[in-house]
Amino acid sequence: MIDRRHFMKKAAGSLAALGGLSLLQRAGLAAAKGSEESMILDALPGKEALIKKTYRPPNYETPVNYFDVAFTPNNRFFVRYHNAVIPEVKASEWRLRVGGDAVRTPLEFSLEQLRKDFKPVEIAALCLCSGNRRGLFQPPVPGVQWGSGAMGNARWRGVRLKDVLAKAGIDKSALEVSLDGADSGVLKTTPDFVKSLPLAKALDENTLIAFEMNGEALPHWNGFPVRLIIPGWTATYWMKHLTAVNVISKPLDNFWMKTAYRIPKDRFPSGQFSSQETETNMPITEIVVNSLITNLVDGQTLPATKLLEIKGVAWDGGNGIAQVELSTDGGISWQQAKLKQDYGRFSWRQWYQAFEPKGSGEYQIMARATSHSGVTQPLEPIPNPSGYHHNAVQKITIQLA
Amino acid sequence: MRKLFLLLSFFAASATAGENQIILKDKPGRDQVISQCAMCHSLDYITMNATILDRAGWEKTVGKMISVMGAPIDDADKQTIIDYLAQNYGK
Repeated sequence: MIDRRHFMKKAAGSLAALGGLSLLQRAGLAAAKGSEESMILDALPGKEALIKKTYRPPNYETPVNYFDVAFTPNNRFFVRYHNAVIPEVKASEWRLRVGGDAVRTPLEFSLEQLRKDFKPVEIAALCLCSGNRRGLFQPPVPGVQWGSGAMGNARWRGVRLKDVLAKAGIDKSALEVSLDGADSGVLKTTPDFVKSLPLAKALDENTLIAFEMNGEALPHWNGFPVRLIIPGWTATYWMKHLTAVNVISKPLDNFWMKTAYRIPKDRFPSGQFSSQETETNMPITEIVVNSLITNLVDGQTLPATKLLEIKGVAWDGGNGIAQVELSTDGGISWQQAKLKQDYGRFSWRQWYQAFEPKGSGEYQIMARATSHSGVTQPLEPIPNPSGYHHNAVQKITIQLA
Repeated sequence: MRKLFLLLSFFAASATAGENQIILKDKPGRDQVISQCAMCHSLDYITMNATILDRAGWEKTVGKMISVMGAPIDDADKQTIIDYLAQNYGK
């Protein structure tokens, strides 16, 4: 009840900018199904109001109606942290340390040097939390109860990690590249958030050390001044406030690699990370094919109309979207939606479809994306212990009255 | 109540304004939950997982906070916290 009152108070203040309380309210309530929580809109310093999941460490998701544009505005971009100490890094003082036991010459770079000494690259890519939609799993899975908004699409500009590593020189013994950021836990005893990539992914031409997002400096809450971009892979590897990359000859052995962010091997395609696999499980890596309706929410009532445009986005881990099919009769018949501009295989793809309702009443709307590799969304999410990769076909009911 | 007030004042230094509006159920064990859990994270982590975790789930979660996340919680407080969470925020 407290939360609810709090939400109403907060929402009243930011309503003008948000355009449509009922849509947001329902989106939030649907996302919180299964827990006692209700929705709170809150703005972190420098950000517009987002859906607050936890205050500290800050975990905030984007209301789905902001996914109606090709690129998610920086000040509406979702925020996700594991640890609560998040220093404000000064760009002039920031340094990237390149080291590790499998590097030839350890080096240090300033932001100026990165900009000056390496070829700039810009890639449009979806940044997607591994646990996006965890809150929609039934039975519920513990953890941050994300709705559909722990993602965002942006143009990332920076330099290639492979170019920077080449300058330091990679030894033949190199197996993985570990990544550390400036954030840490409150207690010294809390494990630092450090991740690793297989060498091949670190050397992929699309893996970037990024210092710009949608033509601007990265927002503090999205990793200022520099974060890693691994297009096609889930955001757990997209280290924010990047401070160190280490080329290492042994698999990184810590909680964040060996225990967290893992999925069962028998239920998902190969993870491309053999040095971290066990008999039964592997790290989550590539984003799975998925789609989202962005201008309607479950349970919504709309005035009867002759023409309703249904809009959304679709994405996968880098094959690109071949088609999106839409059903307005609960999956009995499907029509091809129209795809909008293609910003590259790592960007989400916007789609739309004009729907002519036969009259007032109830309609079940579903969207189903298929990638260029021929993979389609399942009707039910694939159960897994930590609630990752929720990519079931969305099914929402609307009323026309 | 005075003890709780002092605890809340202490955490206000690191907590955001919104976070201070999270009020956990006033039942035995709440002081220990606030002083131990809120050291590292806001208490909405508890309300967010209410009705998802049963007693065994809360036991596992509190155990993880101690053994993996390094929370310095002694055995007596650990039991008090598990009991409070299971009784007030359990499935």
